[in-house]
Amino acid sequence: MLKVLKSGFFTSVQDSGRFGYRDKGVPVAGAMDGYTFRNLNMLLENDRDAAVIEITMTGPTLLFEENTFIALGGAEMSATLNNEPIQNHKNYRVSAGDILSYGKLERGFRAYLAIKDGFRSKSVLGSQSMYVPITELNHLEDRAHVPYQVNQTFEPRITEFKLDDLLDETLLEAHPGPEFKTLHDKQLEAIFFKEFTIAKENNRMAYQLNEAIGEHQISMLTSATLPGTVQLTPAGKLIILMKDGQTTGGYPRILQITDQAISILAQKKFGDTVSIKLL
Amino acid sequence: MSKFPIHTKPFGIHAILVEWPNEVMHAILEDILQFQEYLSQKLDPNQWEFVPAYNSLTLIQRDEQIEFDTFKAQLLEWYSEKEAVKPRQKYLWRLPVCYDLDFGIDLPEIAERLQIPIPKIIALHAENIYTIYGIGFLPGFMYLGGLAEVLEVPRRATPRLKVVKGAVGMAGKQTGIYPQESPGGWNIIGNCSIPIFDANQNPPSFVTVGDQIQFYPISRAEYNLHKIEGEVGIYKIEKIKLNA
Repeated sequence: MLKVLKSGFFTSVQDSGRFGYRDKGVPVAGAMDGYTFRNLNMLLENDRDAAVIEITMTGPTLLFEENTFIALGGAEMSATLNNEPIQNHKNYRVSAGDILSYGKLERGFRAYLAIKDGFRSKSVLGSQSMYVPITELNHLEDRAHVPYQVNQTFEPRITEFKLDDLLDETLLEAHPGPEFKTLHDKQLEAIFFKEFTIAKENNRMAYQLNEAIGEHQISMLTSATLPGTVQLTPAGKLIILMKDGQTTGGYPRILQITDQAISILAQKKFGDTVSIKLL
Repeated sequence: MSKFPIHTKPFGIHAILVEWPNEVMHAILEDILQFQEYLSQKLDPNQWEFVPAYNSLTLIQRDEQIEFDTFKAQLLEWYSEKEAVKPRQKYLWRLPVCYDLDFGIDLPEIAERLQIPIPKIIALHAENIYTIYGIGFLPGFMYLGGLAEVLEVPRRATPRLKVVKGAVGMAGKQTGIYPQESPGGWNIIGNCSIPIFDANQNPPSFVTVGDQIQFYPISRAEYNLHKIEGEVGIYKIEKIKLNA
């Protein structure tokens, strides 16, 4: 088991998400930064869906109760293993009694802890991703235990990824959304030639951007939304839906950002800037 | 069954949106659902999800990229063949609602605004049969069409930060149930004693888009009994088969 000594700001178990229940209104959920999620599981030679721990802004303190291998990625949060600094994108052997802790947030916003063969928390409706009301809680609390399997024998084929992270990227690439054509020239100019700052309202459900691009009075019937859908509110603000985003909405869906752009945005916090490019 | 002009649009690289005429209409919903039924035989359910709502059907691919032009042509062909499949069996679900003022906290204000006495509001709400035009916003949240015109009231000017689980609300032409505690701007008129969404069941919600809902009033005592039955998991939901 992994024992959560201190949970940090918002720490949760996430995998590749819950598929097949959107028609009942159940969001996909899953790791916000899918790029890092995939890379860490590859480094540990895990199944591509193996569950990881997602760590937001302020990291937890975690105790390993069995031997295994881990890899960290995503945001840089001054992580230490038994008080020795450890790096992202590298395999580490951990022993029973080892303590992983986090310090200052240096870059990015969401860090990931992947483990050999994945965390083994309870799967509900085909996924371990924490999301209320599918799981009882949406994040790990102090003293929580997360199961994993002992592994003494893993011999990694690669011990380290020389890999570009996306933490400093600010350009979000987007396809036109279903209601793209409702935008007028002034709004188009505001979207593609200006920078946006991330609003206080940002979480696993959605990121709101501060700058308005012009009001509208378009009314449409409720229709499906996806992670990465950019909605335009009547006040002219952009809301980008993320992994826990609602499955339907009534605001015009003006853009659909790419999977890579979702990973980039997942590493942004209040006040950071991004710009948008049309594909 | 009548055919409608449909439009397809790419929705990112993993999804495709099919749209029917921009109207809330039973015949459109039926057409969408029959198409969905046909597609669910043509496409692998482990790889595809379908989200129907009002006048649209969104097809979502789990991992792969959709080649839009090729797929669009295939979809239009399938649309022309869809009559071959029998529509899914639909149900009318009768759901108990306690309209006591403890639950129906906005009933006095609505009665005042509409100049309709509270018992009449309850009778009107429980009289109509509603169609589920979509499920979304929250897990298990149904968008119900068919509210009596005289009961139309605007959303509350300021949404509540907390609406309780099971709350039955009305706003504009819509009525529905909050399946979980959440923020919300609808006017609350009662509480449904049966859980609409339960993650321990599979599927987690018994209702499906295209099904119908009717509410029936229950007393506070019956409500309390249902809650206890719900906790031990023995509640029974009244359902009636609908003719296709």
